[in-house]
Amino acid sequence: MSSPVTGGPEVVLRLAGISKRFGPLLANDNISLTLRAGEVLALLGENGAGKTTLMNILFGHYVADEGTIEAFGRPLPPGSPRAALEAGIGMVHQHFTLADNLSVLDNIAVGTESLWRWRSDRGAARRRLLDLSQRFGLEVRPDAPVGDLSVGERQRVEILKALYRDARILILDEPTAVLTPQESAGLFETLRRLTADGLAVVFISHKMNEVFAASDTVAVLRAGKLVATHATASTDRAKLAELMVGRSVKPPAPAPLSPGEPVLELAGVTVASGHGRPLLDGVDLTVRRHQVVGIAGVSGNGQTALAELVSGLIRPDAGKLSLKGSVVGHGDPADMVRRGVARIPEDRHSAGLVGAMAVWENLIAERYHDSSFSRFGVLRRGAARAYAREVIEEFDVRCPGPDARTQLLSGGNMQKLILGRTLAHGPDLILASQPTRGLDIGAVSYVHSRLLDARAAGAGVLLISEDLDEILALADCVTVAYHGRLTPLLPHDRVSVSQLGLLMAGHWDVLRDILPETIDAA
Amino acid sequence: MDFLSILLDILLSAAFWTAVLRIATPYVLGTLGELVCERAGVLNLGIEGIMTLGAMAGWMAVYQGADLWTGVLAAAACGALLGLLHAALTVPLGLSQHVTGIGVTLLGTSLSYFVYRLVLPQASTPPTIEPFQPLALPGALAQTPLTYLAFLLVAVVAYVLYRTPVGLAVRMVGENPAAAEAQGLNVTAIRIGAVVAGSALMALAGAFLTLSAFNAFFFNMVNGRGWICIALVVFASWRPGKALLGALLFAVFDALQLRLQQASGGVLPYQLFLMMPYLLSILALVLVARRASYPRALMIPYRKGER
Repeated sequence: MSSPVTGGPEVVLRLAGISKRFGPLLANDNISLTLRAGEVLALLGENGAGKTTLMNILFGHYVADEGTIEAFGRPLPPGSPRAALEAGIGMVHQHFTLADNLSVLDNIAVGTESLWRWRSDRGAARRRLLDLSQRFGLEVRPDAPVGDLSVGERQRVEILKALYRDARILILDEPTAVLTPQESAGLFETLRRLTADGLAVVFISHKMNEVFAASDTVAVLRAGKLVATHATASTDRAKLAELMVGRSVKPPAPAPLSPGEPVLELAGVTVASGHGRPLLDGVDLTVRRHQVVGIAGVSGNGQTALAELVSGLIRPDAGKLSLKGSVVGHGDPADMVRRGVARIPEDRHSAGLVGAMAVWENLIAERYHDSSFSRFGVLRRGAARAYAREVIEEFDVRCPGPDARTQLLSGGNMQKLILGRTLAHGPDLILASQPTRGLDIGAVSYVHSRLLDARAAGAGVLLISEDLDEILALADCVTVAYHGRLTPLLPHDRVSVSQLGLLMAGHWDVLRDILPETIDAA
Repeated sequence: MDFLSILLDILLSAAFWTAVLRIATPYVLGTLGELVCERAGVLNLGIEGIMTLGAMAGWMAVYQGADLWTGVLAAAACGALLGLLHAALTVPLGLSQHVTGIGVTLLGTSLSYFVYRLVLPQASTPPTIEPFQPLALPGALAQTPLTYLAFLLVAVVAYVLYRTPVGLAVRMVGENPAAAEAQGLNVTAIRIGAVVAGSALMALAGAFLTLSAFNAFFFNMVNGRGWICIALVVFASWRPGKALLGALLFAVFDALQLRLQQASGGVLPYQLFLMMPYLLSILALVLVARRASYPRALMIPYRKGER
């Protein structure tokens, strides 16, 4: 199996001079990479560095403007997922490409038989699936509808889908983004079994710890260029971070502050869902001034309902919600804003901003009825524009001016716009849902420092995030959401990432180790 | 006679069940056709127009001297062509499926009347043909061949959808086209194929009206049957077996209201009876369709390389 030139294992994949342009954006700039059998290559880079574009070119979703791909010594025809599959390349997409209403077996077998057979050979498909499942320790239930599976199980289905088609090269796009730390460890174990069998793996990541946990080689992309390729063992975190960002980065450092009076109190709050278990189930939570409370958890465990509750979009079915000591009866979003709640929504495109409207219109969206912005039902456009110019200046929003259309802004600048809209008025409570999702490191540290400034100025911050590193860096206290319930508040310096992982997976018995005193009482 | 004994009399008569099967036939075919389109992710509101065109084309072919089965084929071919138009606009071009479908219905209906008038400018009473005759079987089994074909097609569509690779591919593009493409399937081709095949089935529903149920083509003869089929697909949760059940249920209501109308002897206004099947359909939809799990990609155009 060894190649005569280098003596190492066989080169299975060779990308040469790949370039891809989307309008004015050069997403991939002359990238060349090689991958050997049995190797795990980590493709590291910030959001927008071109990682996913490169892999989508490899898998035939996009066609490169320049450059060639060779798999197992043969050129790969561009722009055809079918050709990539036939060449032995399998891809596990970041957003799983599975059909919820179909069974696991259907999802795996579709497209593997000639379309014009009179009968699907389900028996053979099932045997092959179970055989692969056993060989690589990837447990699945062939007849379960995919919609009933957990995220970890779905990922196993995606991997099996590739193996079922005899993939020898497996591409994983941000495979751990949706997993608990324990599930991630399981995934890395699977990758080791696969490479022991001679498969080659490329996994895309922007998380440093995964690169060290799972890869043999790391390739760093920045702004569409391949800036370095290293053996993972011969490099370190600081060096990789600098390569990724292009400068050295400092982690946020919250100054110690003693928490003040409560700004948000939830007592026994329950929010029913239309069916099955409630979205929030008897939640108690207190957020105080000068305090960041982090909500960790795998998405779908009640975080969205909690955010909607504090935003005034939904009401509790039982229990009480108080702001600054007064119970909010039937709050609506405008009432919550008046009561001093600043909201940074989870999805800035759909819930945060109206892309087709101007920057100034979005900036006054929460208070256009204030006397400073409208009089006798007529907008005071001059005053609104002047205000917008101030916020743009103060929050460093990079845009042509107050009249620019909002959808033309980058993700980071959109987030600054939302920060400007909500923080400019000295809020008492900040609800930050996934405030840095999809932002590059520069924008992330800006958002973090603004949140910490607001905390210093006396606001309480409720931080909902799937990024444990972010939560542990910013939060004074952490609580974990699981099946609509919240753990007691855990001081950030008494809880580790692996303990949080166990809590996120529902193993609340570890609370005994973290908070012996409170658990005995409960 | 009290109401219950009237009802019993009706339900126990063979003539009633003969009528039920006959009335159900176009609904079975139309619902199957719509179901095939929607399973692939394409809503086909062209159904009313496609049924009208099928009714006209089948009848016209036979009127011009073709035999009955050639007429059936002509209807299917015209339906497939109109389906191809709907598919071309909604699948590769990704136009709104609602708007396109209504356009196809307007086109199919007007085109049918136009061609009919072009060929028969002066006909005041619609000319007739010799339609399919019921098979010489006892009781309610005395149906025309097209009814038997419709019931056979339920089994065929169910088999193709659930037991063949092409059926799995159709279901996959209707649930998650991106996943289908990642598995190497050609989403565009599969969707177009499903819409064309489904539209051919709809046209058969129309052909049944002119070649089996009646012997002439007249204006507004489809009379909203296509719209009922759209509702029946939802009622059936996109499953062929349940589609058959829904069509039969609707036909029972329809046959029943006719007979109750006669039995009531003009005490109640006949419009009340006419409303009955529709009211009961709405009720059935409310009860059943709230839990339906629809094809996830229904009405969402798929463009390669976009998320």
